[in-house]
Amino acid sequence: MRRLPPAIITAIVFVAGFAICAMQFPHMASTRVVANLLTDNAFLGIVATGMTFVIVSGGIDLSVGSVIGFATVFVALAIERAGIPPWLAFVAILAISAAFGAAMGGVIHVFDLPPFIVTLAGMFLARGASFLLSTESIPITAPVYSAVSDFALPLPGGGRLTAIALIMVAVVAAGALLLRFTRFGANVYALGGSRVTTELMGIPVGSMTVRIYVLSSVLSGLAGIVFSFYTAAGYSLSAVGVELDTIAAVVIGGTLLTGGQGSVIGTFLGVLIQGLIQTYITFDGTLSSWWTKIVTGILLFAFIALQQAMIAIARRSAVSKRGAKP
Amino acid sequence: MMFRLPRRRVAQVIALVVILLLDRAVSPQFFDLRLQDGRFFGSLIDVLNRGAPVALLSLGMVLVIATRGIDLSVGAVMAIAGAIAASLADSHGLPLVLTAALGAGLVCGLWNGILVAVFGIQPIIATLILMVAGRGIAQLITEGRIVTFASPDLVWLGDGSLFGLPVPVAIVAGMLILTGAVVRGSALGLLIEATGGNARASELAGIGTRAMILAVYSWCGLCAALAGVIAAADIMGADANNSGLWLELDAILAVVIGGTSLFGGRFSLLLAVTGALIIQAMNTGILLSGYPPELNLLLKAVVVLAVLLLQSPRLAGLFGFAARLRGAKA
Repeated sequence: MRRLPPAIITAIVFVAGFAICAMQFPHMASTRVVANLLTDNAFLGIVATGMTFVIVSGGIDLSVGSVIGFATVFVALAIERAGIPPWLAFVAILAISAAFGAAMGGVIHVFDLPPFIVTLAGMFLARGASFLLSTESIPITAPVYSAVSDFALPLPGGGRLTAIALIMVAVVAAGALLLRFTRFGANVYALGGSRVTTELMGIPVGSMTVRIYVLSSVLSGLAGIVFSFYTAAGYSLSAVGVELDTIAAVVIGGTLLTGGQGSVIGTFLGVLIQGLIQTYITFDGTLSSWWTKIVTGILLFAFIALQQAMIAIARRSAVSKRGAKP
Repeated sequence: MMFRLPRRRVAQVIALVVILLLDRAVSPQFFDLRLQDGRFFGSLIDVLNRGAPVALLSLGMVLVIATRGIDLSVGAVMAIAGAIAASLADSHGLPLVLTAALGAGLVCGLWNGILVAVFGIQPIIATLILMVAGRGIAQLITEGRIVTFASPDLVWLGDGSLFGLPVPVAIVAGMLILTGAVVRGSALGLLIEATGGNARASELAGIGTRAMILAVYSWCGLCAALAGVIAAADIMGADANNSGLWLELDAILAVVIGGTSLFGGRFSLLLAVTGALIIQAMNTGILLSGYPPELNLLLKAVVVLAVLLLQSPRLAGLFGFAARLRGAKA
């Protein structure tokens, strides 16, 4: 668990990809582009950090995109229509997200249901709730928003490290520390390794499950706030399909989808690789945006094939058994 | 498990009837049927017609889920098949258009099947690849545009009529009978259930589980492609971005409502299609009632939760539930 070969492969892919891009377009190798990479994918990085915990624990959370959408609408309505101070709106949405995650985790554990279908219901619920709040795009004009979008750390070379990029980097760093160096993180790995064993070890599986989904939902809520900073608006259709991008980023980052292995840093690199593909397409100008999906799909396949190969090699030394195991 | 199935079957039919009666309460002429130009018209026919794509998807999906799998890529396969059909429709005859579109669906399904059966990748992940990449491929085919066509043959598939029914409904009925005959008329259905129940035991008992898995994913791809062609014919165009978007979730929901467990094993084709009709009857009801259509998602969420809780192995009794709740909090 201390070694992270898949994440290193992701890092090599990212560096190699960036080098190829920079060779073709020398302007890409600037702090400006790198800083934009962080800003444009800030919300994705935050959600993906939470998703890493869920997937390492052997679960999956399909509701993240809808929670982001709900958060943007909620924040926009609270600030613009209800006149609630922004900080209070932020606290409220984080609390609502936490309750939502707790409910999903609770249902998954208490009724012993597959996380896939429970979070699918959560996805419908959150998206439906945001539609009910408002179907329009609500612009946010609060002073905090312009202050946040104006704030940036200047980098040498003309790049600007924006506030939302800083939030993302902080969340990723905190997530990496939490997963690697705390008891909570160790328990997450244990859960993904084997649920039964974890229970026998005396770890409270129920409360762990609830806490993991709370973490994922709270980070989705935070990503929603960041998304509303990014677009300065709340819209119920925002972040549709983000759950797929997030899962793809986590897998490309070398996290095992069966759980038990993975790292937040790998996920971060997975997010950057997706951003890099988009940036390349923007720079090229002749390629259309749908290539992003195809290249992401190919990368996804490559990394899953790699994982399978590694598992197969690990098992070869053990019993050699034949048979499909779907 | 065995003794619960008849009761379950009743539950779905009751649910459908109740929803239809609610629709009737909302819109008094809901059950009216009239025959015009040799075709039936009315809200009930409309429910069947609109529900046809999801019903087709659920026919393929139910077999996949019975093997303890899942296919997330059906929406993307719909988009691919629709894109192929729409781009070929005006320059080629219907047989070639259908062969190309359905062939593409079969290839997509086979790809999923190979990933699951041969490489042993988890079904959710294996089909996620095509779900992500498939829409991109569809856009590659349509070159990012919405391709429209005017070929009367293909349009007929969307809004013609056959035996007094809209063509999509007739196709669903035909596919249901065909699938049912193949699966239940032979031991195939039993073998599929065995594969889902315990793949390793089935393998040891001499069942070709790999062949079963390849077959069900291919069939699922074929059904999805057919749904994609119908959806394209219905709007006389292919929209690679939106065709079949999120329909994979509706199809899974239909199968789950139809009482097939996500853990594989027993399945029922008829109930899966009933599940699809229940979803469509809810959609239509909300539209007729004048409530905002956004309410639909909330309603779906409630239905998913209710069905899940009914299926939950842990929901033995209220006491057990209360004890577990306390246990979870501790």
